Amino acid sequence: MMRFEPAGAEALLLVLADQPDAQLPPRIALLAERIRTELGEVLTDLVPGWTSLLLHYDLMRTDHLQLAERLKPMLERWLAEPYVAEAGRLHELPIWYGGEDLGEVARLCQLSIAQVIELHTAVEYRVGAIGFAPGFAYLAELDARLALPRRATPRTAVPAGSLAIAERQTAIYPQRSPGGWHLIGSCPWPLFDVTQTPPCPLALGDRVRFRSIAERDFVGEGGRL
Amino acid sequence: MSGLRVLKPGPQSLLQDGGRLGWQHLGVSPAGPLDGHAAAWANHLLGNPWGTPLLEVALGDVELQAEVDTWVAVCGAQMPLSVDDQPQSLWTRLPLHKGQSLRMGFARRGQRAYLAVAGGFIAVPVLGSVSVQLREGMGQALQAGDLLACRAASFSRSASVPWPYVADYSCTPLLRVITGADAASFEEDQLQGFFAQTWQLSPHSDRMGARLVGEALQPPVRQWSLGVGRGAIQVPPDGQPIILQADHQTMGGYPLLGWLHPLDQGRLAQCPAHHSLRFTPISIGDAQTELREFYRFFGR
Repeated sequence: MMRFEPAGAEALLLVLADQPDAQLPPRIALLAERIRTELGEVLTDLVPGWTSLLLHYDLMRTDHLQLAERLKPMLERWLAEPYVAEAGRLHELPIWYGGEDLGEVARLCQLSIAQVIELHTAVEYRVGAIGFAPGFAYLAELDARLALPRRATPRTAVPAGSLAIAERQTAIYPQRSPGGWHLIGSCPWPLFDVTQTPPCPLALGDRVRFRSIAERDFVGEGGRL
Repeated sequence: MSGLRVLKPGPQSLLQDGGRLGWQHLGVSPAGPLDGHAAAWANHLLGNPWGTPLLEVALGDVELQAEVDTWVAVCGAQMPLSVDDQPQSLWTRLPLHKGQSLRMGFARRGQRAYLAVAGGFIAVPVLGSVSVQLREGMGQALQAGDLLACRAASFSRSASVPWPYVADYSCTPLLRVITGADAASFEEDQLQGFFAQTWQLSPHSDRMGARLVGEALQPPVRQWSLGVGRGAIQVPPDGQPIILQADHQTMGGYPLLGWLHPLDQGRLAQCPAHHSLRFTPISIGDAQTELREFYRFFGR
C-alpha cells in the first residue's frame, strides 16, 4: 500500500493510501507538518495530493535514497496512529446563492432552488486538497443528490469568489480563471491574498460550512456583483 | 531608482528569478526561467548569483534605453542585438552607457533570450519571488514606459561564454527522459512508441506545458490527483503527451510516463511550434550527477 517513488531527479513521491478517505487529509497535513519540521532544510516544497505527498528536495543537500531512509521511521510512527485527534479548523463562509447555473443545477437534480441551497449548506466539508490555482481548495463531500458531471464546455472565465460544484466536490474559485464546474453562488471574502499570512485561510484537513446570505449582505461583506 | 527604460516591450517579456519556491501546497506555481541554461549563463557572465532577477524575452522585438551606466549580457535565442545600432554578440557581457539604446530584433533560432544586468533587476517580490506568472496574476508582462530598475556597475573587460556551452537551437534535439511513475502501467509497446517516434511541438504550447503531437499513445487510467513537478510527462486521454514547464499547475491526475531531464527542459523551451523532437531514456542517477555538476558550477 504505502511506497516511495522518485518523481524525477529532484522530487520524491510518498504514496500513502490506495483510496482517499475522510481521515486522510488531516493525517496527510499532520505528516507534512512533521516532515517540514524535521527535514525542511533539504526540501523546497511539500505538495499533498488526495492519497500522496510529493516532496521537492534540494539535490545539493540530499537525494531520493537518503530522503527515503530518513522518512522511514517517521512513516512507521504515522502509520501506527490512524486517527488525528485535532479535527482541523472550522471555517464558516457566507455565500450568496445566486450563481449563474443555480437554476440549471436545480432542474438537472430535479430539486427546487431552495432544496439545492438546503442540501449544500447542510454538510460540513473537509479540505481534501489545494491545487489547480492558488488557494483553490477541493471540498468533500457534496451530497450525492447534487452530484453532476463537469460542464461539457468549460467557461473561459469564471468570476473570482464563485462557489461551484462538480461530481461529489465543491470549491470556491479564489481568482478569475477558466473553469468547468457549475456555479451556484458567490463568497464575498477573499480566499487567496498574497498580502496576508498565510495567503490562503483554508488549509488541508480544515472543515468548512457555508451560510446562505442575502444579496445585500453579500455586497455589505465586500462582495462585488 | 535608475535603470533601463522600456521603449518597446516585445510580445511577451517577463521578469524571472529562481522561482516562487515554497508555495506549491497552496496551488502556487513556481514559475522561473523556461530555459535555465541560458538564464544561468547570462547571470554568470555578470557575476550575479544564481536566481538573480533577469528578463526573459520571448521572440525578441525589445528596445530599452539606459538611464544608468551598467553592463548587460544576452544569452539564449539567436536574435540581432545592437547598442546604438552597433551589432553586438550574444553570450557576452558588454557595457551599456547612460543614453544608449539596446535593441533585440526578432529571434531567428530559438524562442527566448535572457537579458541580465550587473547586480540584477530590482523589483518588489510577491511571495518571495519577482517571477511573473501571468495565469495567476503574479506581476505583469513588460509594458512600454516601464523602468527596469537596476544600479550602476562596471567591469574592466568583456567576457564570453566558452563556445561548447553556447547552445545550438537548429538541430532536432534528442531529449533525455527519466522513466518512472506510471511508466510500468503503460503497455511495453506504448513506451517503445514514445521513444521510437519523432514528435512535433504543438503551437498550443505555452509556459505551462509543451504539447506534443504524434501517433497517439494509449494511457492507463487516470489516478487520484497528486503533486506534479516541472518536466513531468503527462499522457491525457487523447494520447498526446504534455510536458510540464515552469508555469505548471501544482497537482494533476493524468498518468505520467516519466520526467524530462531538468537540463534538457531549456532546450525544449527554445523549440518553435512544429519543431521535431525525439526522446531517449536516461537513468535517474546519471541525470542527478550531471545536474549536481551544473548547480555546483553556477553556485546554486
